[in-house]
Parts: sequence; C-alpha cells; structure tokens
Amino acid sequence: MSSPVSRSLRETGFFLGVTFFVILAAFPFYWMVITAFKQNSDLYDITNTPFWFNEPPTLEHIKYLFEQTLFTRWLLNSLVIGLCVTAITLVTAVPAGYSLARMTSRKGEALGIMIFLTYLVPPTLLFLPLSRIIAVLGLQNSMWSLVLVYPTFTIPFCSWLLMGFFKALPVEIEEAAIVDGCSLFGAFIKMAIPLSVPAILTVVIFTFTLTLQEFVYALTFVSSSDQKPITLGVSTDLIRGDVFFWGEIMAGALIAAVPVAIAYNLFLDRFIAGITGGAVK
Amino acid sequence: MAVIAEPIAKPVSRFHFVLDRREVLETILVAPAILYVLLLVGLPLLLAIYYSLSAYTIYNPTWKFVGLANFEQILQDPTFLDTLRNTFIFTFGSQLLGLVLGKFGAFLLLRPFRGRKIVRALIILPFAVPVALATIAWQWMFDSLYSVINWSLIAAGFLTREDAPNWLGDPYLAMLCIVIINAWRFFPFAIVIFLAGITAVPQDVIDAATVDGAGFWRRNYQIILPMILPIMAIGLIFGIVFTFTDLSIVFLLTMGGPGGATSVLGFAGFQTGIVSGDVSHGAAISLFMLPVLLVVVIFMLRFIRRWEI
Repeated sequence: MSSPVSRSLRETGFFLGVTFFVILAAFPFYWMVITAFKQNSDLYDITNTPFWFNEPPTLEHIKYLFEQTLFTRWLLNSLVIGLCVTAITLVTAVPAGYSLARMTSRKGEALGIMIFLTYLVPPTLLFLPLSRIIAVLGLQNSMWSLVLVYPTFTIPFCSWLLMGFFKALPVEIEEAAIVDGCSLFGAFIKMAIPLSVPAILTVVIFTFTLTLQEFVYALTFVSSSDQKPITLGVSTDLIRGDVFFWGEIMAGALIAAVPVAIAYNLFLDRFIAGITGGAVK
Repeated sequence: MAVIAEPIAKPVSRFHFVLDRREVLETILVAPAILYVLLLVGLPLLLAIYYSLSAYTIYNPTWKFVGLANFEQILQDPTFLDTLRNTFIFTFGSQLLGLVLGKFGAFLLLRPFRGRKIVRALIILPFAVPVALATIAWQWMFDSLYSVINWSLIAAGFLTREDAPNWLGDPYLAMLCIVIINAWRFFPFAIVIFLAGITAVPQDVIDAATVDGAGFWRRNYQIILPMILPIMAIGLIFGIVFTFTDLSIVFLLTMGGPGGATSVLGFAGFQTGIVSGDVSHGAAISLFMLPVLLVVVIFMLRFIRRWEI
C-alpha cells in the first residue's frame, strides 16, 4: 500500500513523538535524581555539563536530610495523617457507597451526585472559614487539624468510587443471604464487604495518595516545622533564609514522590473510572 | 430438587427490627458521610459567604454585617482586576496547552508498541507526583543562574550567557512558566482521559464507518470525537476547577510576582485572608471562584442527565 520509504519515515516520526513526550514528562524527575546525588561543587559550577555527573555521585544530601533536618519527622507525620484519614474515610465512605448504590429511588442518585460535587468545592474557597473552625477547636498549628479536614475531600471521592463498585455487585448475592436468615445489615457486613476487598484496597491507596498530594490546607493550618506533613516540609522548610539547598530539596522531593508515583501507576485505571463515573460503560 | 431454606427463628431485639427496614438502614449507613460533608464543607461554605458580607478580621472578630461593601472595595482595586485576568489566562492557557498535548500523546499511545507500558508509566509521572514537589523541581530548572534550560539553549548556540532570560523575574515569562507547569501537570490526565474514551468506542462502529467510506479525519472528528465528548467534558471540568482555584504552583514558584504579574485568585485570597488576617476581604476574593464553579456544576449535571437517558 505504501512505499517502504514513507513507512520508515512514519515510524521515525512516531518514535520521535514518543521520545518528545517521555522527555517532557520525565525530565524534571531525572533532574531531581541527578541533583540529589551530585556533589555541591559539581552542582554549582556553570561550566559543567549539567546532565550527568562530572564528579563522583554522593549520598551526602540524603545523609544530611535524615540527620540534620526534620525529614524523618515529616515522614512520620504524613504516615500518621494518612492512616487516620484512611480510617475515617473507610468507616464513613464504605457504608455510604453501599447505601447509595442500593437506594432504589431517584433520591439515592441525587444524593450521590451531591456528595460527589462537594469534591469539586476547592480548598482555596474553604480555607478561611475552616481555619477559624480549627482555631475554635484548638487545633491550629497541629497536624490533627489535617486529620479533621482531609476527609472532606476523601469521603466524597471514595463514596462515589465505592458506589460505582457496589452497583456492579449483583444484589442477588445479598438477597440469597437474607433468605438464608441473614439480617439486612448482616448481608452488608458478611456478604458485600468481603466481596468488595479490591475496591476497598483501591480506596485505601487513593486516600493515602490524596493526603500526600494535598498542599493548600497543610500550608494554611500548619506552620510549626515539627507538625508539617512531608510535602509541605520539603517544599517550604528546607530553605534557610534565601539559600536553597537544592541537593537536599531534590532528595527529599524524590523520596516523597516515588511511592506516590508507583501507587498511582498501579491504580490509575480505577482512578479514571472513579472520576468519570458512568461516562464509560 | 429445590430446597427452600427455612428462616431460622431466633429472638430478635427491637434494634434489629429497626435495622431490617431497608429505608432506615440505608439512612443510617449514609448519614455519617453526609454529616461530615455538611459540617466541614457545607457549613464553611455558608460561613465564607457570611464573612464576605461582614467586617470580620483576625484582630477584630466582629460579625457586623456590611453588605456588599467588601466586594465594592475589591472591584475598585486595580490589582484585583489584574489578579482576575491572570487567573483566566492561567486557567485557559494551561488547559488549552494541556488538551493539545493530551490529544497528540493519546494519538501516539493508542498504537501498541514495545515498551508502551513503561512509556505510559513515565508519561503519567507529572500527574501522579504531588504538585508541590514537582513545582520545586521546576523552580530549580528555572533558576536564575543554574537553569538547565538556559544552559541547554546556550550550549546549542541560541543564546549567550549575557542575554539568558531570567524566567521567574520577568512578568511575561513568569506567567508563561506557571502556565507551562500546570499544562505539564495536566496533560497526562488528558491523555488518559482521551485513551479511556477512545478505547470505549466500539470497534464495529469505526469499522462500519470505514466500510461506508469515512476517511481518517471524518472518522476522527465526526464519529470518535462526538462519542468521547462526555468523558472529555468531565476531564476538562476537573482541569478547569483545579486550575482556577489553584494556589500551590504560584505560591511556591513566584509568590504572585514579579509585581503581581502571576497573582491568581487562590493566592490573593490566601495573602489577604490568612497572611494579612483580613478574613472578610479574603473571603470576598475567594468567592469570585463561585460563579465559575456554578457554571461547571450546571454543565456537569446536564451531562450526567444526558448519559442516563
């Protein structure tokens, strides 16, 4: 159909295109890696070629990060926040998702859409009143304020995701359990929940990554260094005065970003299915 | 042989009896989520609206009602009008760029090839990584002295060290930088959305169109595009909402500068309401996001209704 020349031209164009996109997407991360392991004398010399190591790589930035900064504390804070928010989200969103999926009237659907729309209410609209509420509760400048506030976006998102999942779960399984003497609530606990373990796992991963990605609430509510989550700590606390410690900053960003990136890649398709809802059948 | 299970008679408490009524159980199960959202999204939203109509500041927490005075003052402030304009440029510039990149990227990734999984994983990175961390990586790439972008341009002979641009120090370039970073962050999302849409188009529809003589462009724009429009709209709605209300990129990269050239609504609300403690004016600034959000919500509801019919 087409001559070999035009075919190979098309192949070349195709791979050039793919290369362009890979470089565009991944270069900042390559840059993080190379900065994190470069010696300072190599880093701050404009005559050096910046793309690779002109002097042997070093672990001094990572050592400094763990020994001289609050980095481990921030990691721990993020872990605690993530675990607590995940617990709150599971306890509220799993029953809500189930209930919304099983409501037969139009009411269930309307409620579901309403909950989902609250996911779109942005932090920059709510941070002022929420900061006053947090002050009244005595949680200002504490990571527990984030544990309280983060479920405001994880609950809507996860309820919506779980609603879609429970809708796909045949209601006959629960009806069979009820015929066998299970109560309505028992059917939910003993039949629906065990069958939804994959969906619940997805929710756990997403809640965790959403809390790690959040920046605005953390910036607004927490200003003491030892209460910051990892994202906020790395991006605002490693700067002393006007001096940026680029090696340390990039090392910290890298360590915080890698787990999130991996989790996202593994669960991406479910994430997209979650936000697009019924758009793809 | 059909065996019908006998319901086992056991003593049931009154509590169980109530839980066995479907509507009651459904309400109880959904209540905690609804309450949480009402208390920490609904209530604050109302509070934000009230603050914007009051004279509330951190130093003088009064509930005195002042009507629309805050809004009048804000609208007379020329820097606020710049902020509003910046927000629109930032939002639509980056979404447009992101969509174009997303369309081309999806077009490339549609075809199976060796290493496609790895390529996809790498292309997803900008959307997966926390935006604050990605932004500081870009800040380092735009550094006034050690910028790798400038180094490459100089090494390639396009520039000399003397006239190398100071990316974050020039008003136009700084705006360009935040647009680029945001487009960079959203284009993987656009790619994935496009791919999800295109793979959902049944192959037989495309085949039928091909048999009927539809060429490449016709297939793309008259058959595939209308079919993936709803899912694209959802993706775009997310992009617009999260960009229009964003604070993190501007806060970390430019602090609204130079000279307010990259100040956006979220940032201005933060500076006035949190940093300066002028809660009422800050709330009024933030509330300028509300009309855009409402338009988006109405669009979304219309789309959802259309799918179901």
